[in-house]
Amino acid sequence: MVAYDVAHFLAGMMLVASFMLLYQDRIFAVLNTFAAQAMLLSAAVAWQGYIRHHPDLFITAAMAFGLKGIVIPIALNRMVVKLGIHRDVDQAVNVAAAMFLGLGLTSLALMLVLKVTPGAASFTREGLALALAIILLGFLMMITRRNAVTQIVGFMSIENGLILAATGARGMPLVVEVSVAFSVLIALFVFAVFVFRIRERFDSVEIDYLDKVRGDRR
Amino acid sequence: MNTAIWAVVGIPVIAGFLLALIPSYKVTAVGNVFASGLTFTAALTFLAMRPVTEDYVILDSLNTFFIILNTLVGFTTSAFSASYIGHEIETGRLTPLFVRFYHAMFQGMMAAMNMSLLSNNIGVMWVALELATLMTVIMVGIYRTPNALEAAWKYFILGIVGISLAFFGTILVYLAGQGVLGEGLPAMTWSNLLASAPKLDAALLNLAFVFLLVGYGTKVGLAPLHAWLPDAHAEGPTPISAVLSGLLLNVALFALLRFKMLIAAHPGALKPGPIMISIGLLSLIFAAFMLYQRRDIKRMFAYSSIEHMGLITFAFGMGGPLANFAGLLHMVMHSLIKSAIFFAVGHVAQAKGTQRIADIRGLSVSNPGLAVGLAFGVIAISGLPPFGAFMSEFLILSTTFARDPLLALAAAFGLLVALGALLLRLQHFLFGEPSEPNHEVSASSLPWMVHLTLVLVAGLYLPPALIAWFQRAAELLG
Repeated sequence: MVAYDVAHFLAGMMLVASFMLLYQDRIFAVLNTFAAQAMLLSAAVAWQGYIRHHPDLFITAAMAFGLKGIVIPIALNRMVVKLGIHRDVDQAVNVAAAMFLGLGLTSLALMLVLKVTPGAASFTREGLALALAIILLGFLMMITRRNAVTQIVGFMSIENGLILAATGARGMPLVVEVSVAFSVLIALFVFAVFVFRIRERFDSVEIDYLDKVRGDRR
Repeated sequence: MNTAIWAVVGIPVIAGFLLALIPSYKVTAVGNVFASGLTFTAALTFLAMRPVTEDYVILDSLNTFFIILNTLVGFTTSAFSASYIGHEIETGRLTPLFVRFYHAMFQGMMAAMNMSLLSNNIGVMWVALELATLMTVIMVGIYRTPNALEAAWKYFILGIVGISLAFFGTILVYLAGQGVLGEGLPAMTWSNLLASAPKLDAALLNLAFVFLLVGYGTKVGLAPLHAWLPDAHAEGPTPISAVLSGLLLNVALFALLRFKMLIAAHPGALKPGPIMISIGLLSLIFAAFMLYQRRDIKRMFAYSSIEHMGLITFAFGMGGPLANFAGLLHMVMHSLIKSAIFFAVGHVAQAKGTQRIADIRGLSVSNPGLAVGLAFGVIAISGLPPFGAFMSEFLILSTTFARDPLLALAAAFGLLVALGALLLRLQHFLFGEPSEPNHEVSASSLPWMVHLTLVLVAGLYLPPALIAWFQRAAELLG
């Protein structure tokens, strides 16, 4: 079945992009990989719209392409340049460990979802499993990165996984996806405001600086 | 759709935009109170309305109760905020521009919370809760001190991770309903899902509940997902601490309850009760012990919120008409008392110029008015008679004791530990040599008086009409 092969291919490529996000150590490379993942998402959504004859999915696809594939990466790019932080991204865990953890999470997602959904339609199952794997890898990325910008890229890749899951679930009303996209945009705005304020106060966007002032230590 | 329902969401939205346009902070403070009062009035008309069930909107006994509580505390908090903000401007901690922004955000937050409570669509409910979260994140960071930024960043990251998990859970619930209800809108409508709950896919529902519990549970502040809560309470402006504790935690718990009802209605799915009981007890006992080590007054009361949300989750986990009734009652009592405490604490912190517990002493001499408010608030929140929280805690413990004495002992132990900590600190705040400095504050005591009077009256006499209403809501919860 060509229809399923293409859908699996696109979702699988998104997962590969998630793994790439885990080991990239340059901030621009992280942003480019994220943009690629968003474009793959948009292709996956558009493909679902095409094979299922759901034209409203094309709107979701266009939003994923425009917002996450182009606008947000460019905005983040500019921010990185403005903040002057285009040097290396340090990692809390080394690459091999991150990869093994990522593999573990992916198998966990596949085993969990394939086990509980024996009755669901075939692409829904695998799409959901891949989406959960992407979401878990996003969490892993947020944990292993110490830089505010890359943490936020981790969050956006979680959102990519969520949209993939929502598309895999047939006929989820568009209103939800529109509002998700909308709230992602606001989240980005909130984030940008914070990063500039953190920079203004701490002269860095490394999260470790924040840890020094936390809690009950006054 | 009904005009009152539109008004409860619409008034704050419109007011938010208008308040953003007015430059004078004095006018916006009054406008904020006025808009909140208007919303509260609109919410009161729900009492006379018949239940509504539409594609996007639902109004039943359960959420009517939540919305009225929400708008009432929103109203009194806006009144407190007006006197609080004046002092913040005088001391230069906030600039007029930020205050303008603050009032617009306050209204936006109220609108998002009301929308989440009214929504019958599980997707819209989620979106509204995420919007409310993002707005409170901005408010927590509004002082822009290093501590405030750290708190806001932590809240932002944890809140967003939690809310993403909740969205995945929501998708799973949709998938569980899709087989029965078909594709599209019907399978996202909560009332449809509940009506056909026994026919939904049990395995998917189980998986969904785990995601929803962790996701919305983060927002409720249940241990071990509570890390954001004390920081966010301590570093933001005090009116926001009051709104967070009194309202946002409730709204998140309400979302969790909606899904709990769904799972509980399916005979083949896992039983949500025991999970909620254990996570509730864990939060209760953990937070009770943490109360002893706090050095910051707002942080201490934030831990007390975790403790009470734990107790409420525990009560709903027990289930049954009596425990649900007690849980709902305790939710009202906690909202009213905790926001009253924060009203008093806000002015105390302004008067003493610090939130450090060690530097706040002898309030009964230096600020007798505030001392009385704080004392009554702390006595009420510790669950001592004659206040309403005594009754709700007593009901929770006695119904638990009848069914499972060991659990009741564990809960009672947690409550006693917390009682000890709170009374110890209260004694420290009130008596002894008054600590310096002592700034003038023009505190308005009306908001906390209103709250504590309501709590006192509830402790002495609950009107039969109110009891009947609570019982209807408790029955809905199953």
